[in-house]
Amino acid sequence: MAWVNAVIQGILTGGLYALFACGLSLLFGVMKVVNLAHGDLATVAGYVGVGIVAAIHLPFLWSVPVVVLAMAVLGYVLQRSVIQAALSRGELTTLIVTFGLSIVIENGLLQFFTSDSRGLAVGDSFTTASFSIGSQITIAWLDVYIFVLAVAVLLALQYFLTGSKYGRLIRAVADDREAAQLSGADYRHVFGIAAAIAFGTVALAGMSYGLTTTIDPTTGTDTILLFAFAAVVIGGLGSLWGTLIGGIVLGVAQQIGAQINIGYEQLGGYVIFLLVLVVWPQGLTGRRAQS
Amino acid sequence: MTETAKTRVRSGESELRVTRSRRNVAWSGVGAIVVVVVLFLFPYYIGAGTTDIMVQALIVLTLASMWNLLAGYAGLVSVGQQAFFGLGAYFVLIPAMHGVTPWAALPIAAIGAGICALPLWWLVSRLRTGYFAIATWVLASAIMLVVEQFQSIGGGTGEALPGLSGMDPAVLAAYTYWAALIVAVLAIGAVYFLLRSRVGLVLTAIRDDERAARSSGARVGLARMLVFVVAAAGCGAAGGVLAIQQLEVAPGTSGGVFSVQWTAEMAFAVIIGGIGTIEGPIVGTAVFIILQQTLESYNAWYLIILGLVAIVIAIFFRRGLWGTLDDKVNLRLLPTGYYLWPAGETRRRFRRSKADVAQG
Repeated sequence: MAWVNAVIQGILTGGLYALFACGLSLLFGVMKVVNLAHGDLATVAGYVGVGIVAAIHLPFLWSVPVVVLAMAVLGYVLQRSVIQAALSRGELTTLIVTFGLSIVIENGLLQFFTSDSRGLAVGDSFTTASFSIGSQITIAWLDVYIFVLAVAVLLALQYFLTGSKYGRLIRAVADDREAAQLSGADYRHVFGIAAAIAFGTVALAGMSYGLTTTIDPTTGTDTILLFAFAAVVIGGLGSLWGTLIGGIVLGVAQQIGAQINIGYEQLGGYVIFLLVLVVWPQGLTGRRAQS
Repeated sequence: MTETAKTRVRSGESELRVTRSRRNVAWSGVGAIVVVVVLFLFPYYIGAGTTDIMVQALIVLTLASMWNLLAGYAGLVSVGQQAFFGLGAYFVLIPAMHGVTPWAALPIAAIGAGICALPLWWLVSRLRTGYFAIATWVLASAIMLVVEQFQSIGGGTGEALPGLSGMDPAVLAAYTYWAALIVAVLAIGAVYFLLRSRVGLVLTAIRDDERAARSSGARVGLARMLVFVVAAAGCGAAGGVLAIQQLEVAPGTSGGVFSVQWTAEMAFAVIIGGIGTIEGPIVGTAVFIILQQTLESYNAWYLIILGLVAIVIAIFFRRGLWGTLDDKVNLRLLPTGYYLWPAGETRRRFRRSKADVAQG
């Protein structure tokens, strides 16, 4: 029964990891930017959420759209200024700039908020409520909400990218920038919009993580960026649903690792990551996405 | 030191000359030896406090030279070099716990880290650029988790380095400084001679056009692997020096040997000094140490400022401080590439012909 519990908890955590990963996946898919500051930006969103709730006593759920919107604006501005400037100078510069941003943000948080862990103080039954199946399996409602949120975000992204006019424009620019530009699309603006969407999902990821556990300045790289990347690699590059599968596989592997020995939680995830890297370098859904 | 190859061009009957540099750089080799000798005599004249800062600088210099080799010459942007740095520290700690003197363990640290790099290279070599970068980071994190499982070498909290407790502090400081200096000189020397060898040529070919290099028979994978292993060995030796300097080895991502901060320091030093030149990491390390010492009392601020400076330089002065200087006055003290002389141009006439170009 304990193993069944581990698998169920792992699947639910996998939703959170997919949420971590979709911003990373989107930025790489559209503009070939590997954003090393991804996790730290999510942590910033978490801190801003903490700050807003603490400062103006806004109910937590109302602070979510505020933070998401603020991060989306930040995403557009960062993309149009720093990231675009780096992008036009090559891959090395892009990596250096996002790595620089990561280090600057992490140490900035360390400087202004100290290394203490913080949680999003919602302070009601929202974070603690749970229900039980049988005697040994207890599922937190919060984990279910986050899983549903992750699936909803992926569905919305899928619909937006395939169904809407703007989504098709983004995909056109991603496929062939010059051709899209010749047809009158301003690729810089399109990149900005894509970055805004990605940063919005990053904000959701950071705040969700802040609800499930506490965050500190190093959470962004130690947990969010590395788990997001592991989920992307396991699931297969460039596939949104692969990201969900990757997140779930990572989550289940971690929970099974923790079931064997509480110290093996993260190691369990990395073992699966390395295994996939060796056996299926294209990721679990990679071949299907290619054909 | 200067190789000259003379080729007669059949069509034009003029001579093509290929040398290492546009200027005569024999004196800079002598200069480098003088600098090393002066640095070697430092402990006789300055106090232990200053040599301590110098050891820090030499560690960063070693790391930066290795990262420059990786990113500047082989196009491998690794964000996980802290893995080898940390492993190096443990490869000094473990023999020391079994009675080997830490000084003798330094070569073990370099060789051990280099050997560990082989299986890791097999894992990450299938990834490119950005994904390669994060994959190395994930591996560093995984290696730290594995090391922390072993309680006998300190687990998650760290372990004091035995074997040096009986030494006079001043003598220990001087020995540590010499060890750091030897490691740094060997590291820069290794990079310099590696780049002047056939491997350097292959790397230049890859940088210019990987597909063309492959189709001309250059062993691209082998050259990259060699660079990865050499860089791991260098970082391992630097980690060993850190273990001796701090007299303890602590894992952990904040402040420990597996902290990404080490990679940040080496990468930023390279970017600021000038990527793709031997001199760049030296200049970058000097900037780094000056910043760090000036902002010492402001905690994390030196890394924030360093990161911002690196971002600005990466965007506006892509070739860094030394590279920009090189563009202006054509100065390479330790050249690794080749210079192709146009017909009739000689070193003596260099200045005049440059003036001619400006007029024309």
